Amino acid sequence: MTSPTTAARPTSAAPAKAPKPTRLTRAERRAVTAKNRLTSRTASGLALVIALLWTVPTFGLAVTSFRGSRRQITTTGWWKALWPSNWGDFSLTNYQTALGSQNKLGTYFVNSFVVTLPSVLIPITLALLAAYAFAWIDFRGRNILFIAVFSLQVVPIQVTMIPLLTQYVNWGLNGTYWVLWLSHAMFGLPLAIFLLHNFMREIPRELVEAARVDGAGHVQVFLRVILPLMTPAIASFAIFQFLWVWNDLLVALAFAGNTPEVAPLTARLSDMVGSRGSAWHLLSAGAFISMVVPLAVFLALQRFFVRGLLAGSVKG
Amino acid sequence: MDLLLHPESPGDKLLLMVIAIALFVVVTGAILALLSLPRRLPRWLAALGFLGPAVLAVCFGLVYPALVTINNSLKDRSGSRYIGLGNYVQAFTEGQFLVVLRNSVLWVVLVPVAATALGLLYAALVDRTRYEKLAKTLMFLPMAISMVGASIIWKFVYDNKVGLLSQAYVGVAKLFGQEVTAPQWLMNAPANTLFLIVVMVWIQAGFAMTVLSAAIKAIPDDITEAAMLDGLTAWQLFRTITVPMIRPSIVVVLTTVAMTSLKAFDVVRTMTGGNYDTSVIANEFYTQSFTNQNKGMGAALAVLLFVIVIPVIAYNVRQLKRSEDVR
Repeated sequence: MTSPTTAARPTSAAPAKAPKPTRLTRAERRAVTAKNRLTSRTASGLALVIALLWTVPTFGLAVTSFRGSRRQITTTGWWKALWPSNWGDFSLTNYQTALGSQNKLGTYFVNSFVVTLPSVLIPITLALLAAYAFAWIDFRGRNILFIAVFSLQVVPIQVTMIPLLTQYVNWGLNGTYWVLWLSHAMFGLPLAIFLLHNFMREIPRELVEAARVDGAGHVQVFLRVILPLMTPAIASFAIFQFLWVWNDLLVALAFAGNTPEVAPLTARLSDMVGSRGSAWHLLSAGAFISMVVPLAVFLALQRFFVRGLLAGSVKG
Repeated sequence: MDLLLHPESPGDKLLLMVIAIALFVVVTGAILALLSLPRRLPRWLAALGFLGPAVLAVCFGLVYPALVTINNSLKDRSGSRYIGLGNYVQAFTEGQFLVVLRNSVLWVVLVPVAATALGLLYAALVDRTRYEKLAKTLMFLPMAISMVGASIIWKFVYDNKVGLLSQAYVGVAKLFGQEVTAPQWLMNAPANTLFLIVVMVWIQAGFAMTVLSAAIKAIPDDITEAAMLDGLTAWQLFRTITVPMIRPSIVVVLTTVAMTSLKAFDVVRTMTGGNYDTSVIANEFYTQSFTNQNKGMGAALAVLLFVIVIPVIAYNVRQLKRSEDVR
């Protein structure tokens, strides 16, 4: 699909094809090349401007999070800290303050982690089972049921919040980890089933049928044949769901509230922006404490993420 | 009991998490074990065993609550009396809600268009260059962080004293000999909605760029080469070959980003709390349901979100069917 050789680059393509009969004279071709070189310089410039717009805001907050003097943070632009004479101001004070006994972001960090892990594991398992049924068990109404589940992907979760909350309150489980795990698992299922089904359909039919002929039941086929082949697909969805849950604000606010017992980092930070809007020493460090895990996961597993993205769906 | 419901120390929380995972593994294992017991498993039983838990979960978590919410949207604020379409009428006539609707339209139109345009432009610009991988990662990174994180990053840009935008504004004014103080970017309607939209574009462009970049790479090399030989400039190539050939992907990206921007409330919630005329439907839903305790209106707004996305569901299902026919 993609050509790894640089020879295929548009700018160098014209001269490389010289032996082919073309309608261009040599002078014209040279003119085209020159023009392309010029556009490619403008193009590079434009690309650079966009790249800067996408990185400088984050960089600015990162620099701020390491500036020691609160007075400097609130009176001078962050770029002033980059002057070599100001380098002495860099410190980890803001992170100590954010994680310290007063703001306790470390507690919320643990909460985020405890909320996220089961919320990723449960829907993946349930969706693998369901996707297997949709792909390899022939039963009546299969297509209609699949379309129904697929369509549920687009149900805004806002629609479900109040009835679910009522139910959770009745059970006496509101504000516990249990309802967060349950909610995230339920909300993640339609996308998970759809995505894993897409991957599962690609597995050659002969492989499954051969195992079936050898007398393997559905459970054995699922565990021994399908699961090992699904690892990349599982990784793709796991990253989606991980980022979704770790970064979620709505479910957290609705079902966990803002208690240090269960509230994840996002809920705490969003609240801090409201109550301490210009405490940039705290907000900058807090933001990066919440971003470090998803960024690490994302950078390490980017290719799985992109694969899942291109497999046809995104959750919104 | 306290450990199971209200763990306090980090150790207890982690222990509870392990217990929950173990519980889930045991239940799932039991289901699979039961299914592998009979020598010849009837088809319906196999389907039930594999599908049952997932279908039960989506019915309880999505279908049933959605039906209840539709019903609630026809009731008054305490949820005790039916008032017909009163909530919807109010949402479409009262000034406060009209602002919300206007903002939502701006979000749903501007975010997808801007994010797709920028993503497409950037994908085309860095395509097959030496620094492509790094360049794409840079635009993609905002997808990895939370919208809350992105909101903090941009709220800092908009800070009216030390923010990049404010300082640039003051600096430019100084060049023209004017002494000014930067305005409160997020407090002055209606421009503040545009400043919030910028944040969402910043978050979503990476998604558009990734999908469209893959589409661009799928265009056969000989087509672009032939066009180059015909003397097309880079811009002509982009306009007459690239864009028409990836049109289906562009449509998918536009609709996906539009749905995301319609349903997301994180940016508005975090940056302005919906104040200063910046609220959107998704945020107003939260305010009405949880802050104002107006159940009926909250339900109506949620249903409104739902109704707007239905055409997209229909479109996507048709696309899915079409792609299955091709197989």
